[in-house]
Amino acid sequence: MAEYDIPSRLRFSREDEWARSEGGRVAVGITDYAQQQLGDIVYVELPPVGKTFEKGEPFGVVESVKAVSDLYAPISGEVVEVNAALADHPELVNEDCYGDGWMVIFAPSDESELEQLLDADAYAAHVQERSQ
Amino acid sequence: MTALRRTPLYERHRALGARLVPFAGFEMPIQYTSILAEHRAVRERAGLFDVSHMGQIHLRGPGAAASVAKLLTRDVSDLRAGQVRYGLLCRETGGVVDDVTAYRTGDDAFFLCVNAANVEKDYRWVVRHAEPGAEVRDRSDETGLLALQGPASADVLAPLAAPDPRALRRFRFAEGRVAGCAALVSRTGYTGADGFEIYCAAQDAPALWDALLDAGRGAGLVPIGLGARDTLRLEAALPLYGHELDDETTPLEAGLERFVDLERGGFLGADALRRQRAGGVARRLVGFELASRGVARAGHALAHGGHEVGRVTSGAPSPTLGKSIGLGYVPAALAAVGTPLEVRIRDQAVPARVVPTPFVGRR
Repeated sequence: MAEYDIPSRLRFSREDEWARSEGGRVAVGITDYAQQQLGDIVYVELPPVGKTFEKGEPFGVVESVKAVSDLYAPISGEVVEVNAALADHPELVNEDCYGDGWMVIFAPSDESELEQLLDADAYAAHVQERSQ
Repeated sequence: MTALRRTPLYERHRALGARLVPFAGFEMPIQYTSILAEHRAVRERAGLFDVSHMGQIHLRGPGAAASVAKLLTRDVSDLRAGQVRYGLLCRETGGVVDDVTAYRTGDDAFFLCVNAANVEKDYRWVVRHAEPGAEVRDRSDETGLLALQGPASADVLAPLAAPDPRALRRFRFAEGRVAGCAALVSRTGYTGADGFEIYCAAQDAPALWDALLDAGRGAGLVPIGLGARDTLRLEAALPLYGHELDDETTPLEAGLERFVDLERGGFLGADALRRQRAGGVARRLVGFELASRGVARAGHALAHGGHEVGRVTSGAPSPTLGKSIGLGYVPAALAAVGTPLEVRIRDQAVPARVVPTPFVGRR
């Protein structure tokens, strides 16, 4: 699927978040498909460091010019770091959603949850179903 | 559910890769590339909008002028052929049926350009209240409408149009030709920028669209969707029916006193509006700016000192100002510029302040 970037090393939720395991911690953001659907992102509301979430729980909000979208925790855990650059530059999510547009880093409470997420092929199929 | 309608430019929008959404029963482009980029194009250069979904209700005959005088809050006795006037259609209660622009094409010939969401409602309203000797026709489906807006718009249009559109003053129009098609060109718009609205036969809209985009390419003309149309009109603090205006809201509450000719009176709603003015208008539309990050949106509560006092009617990030702005109703006592307000966004009270409007452009 040429129009959406879906990096093969990442895991994905059905709510269009990506998760990347990094030395025991898990970085999270929204996918290229999600940022394209949203359009110009103007505001990202992220949780405070130290807050814990269950898998599937809303952990923040991403707003585009026209739309407001909840962000859902793809895994359970504690927020250990938040991307402060998004406060002044929410457009980083549009420009580099897997890199500089990362949103939060979790300390996961249950490593096995990462395996329950979709791999790149399964996520691509999930995007395909909704793009028709 | 009835299928969505399409303007004559639907295939053009699809070919340009526009994201199409339902609006007023039509499948319309919300954006072609990015709302922010399209907004900036109009502020800096020029943009072309398909607004063919809007309606045109024509009144002709010896009773036409009297009908418009009865329906519209503006005096039309001094409206000459070639002039346009913005005004309201009001109920006897003073509540707004629609905001419209009224064009006089002859002694006994007018048309009202009306909001897409209100075409059927307005047509029935005009038919019901027209004076004898006025023939009323809804010509919306046979009319195409393009808006060309932005500082470069006159330079883009001039080579294609006769008579020279640069000779038109604001709120004036001329009937002639654009790109070989019969067209009525008015110096009006909904963006706060200089620009033109170009009325044509529906079947000519695609040829006009192509000719304008082609002619304007060198000047950086791009197509603009409804997303940027909304952020542009919000910066200009122009009302949107269904948000700032509705059947239960009067033009006085909405800050549109200068478009209501209470001295002349004689129009539907005049008595109610005179009474409201005499008694003091209890609530007022204000423009506000958020003091911190966040986006105010229609429906968010407005508070003052922790108490809910009103509601946001429209809100968005302002691409020109780099901050979030909005319009909303508050009690008259809180309408002064500088009044602190809070916008209730989800579970937070975001500080805001009443500011002068328009947010962008001449006051």
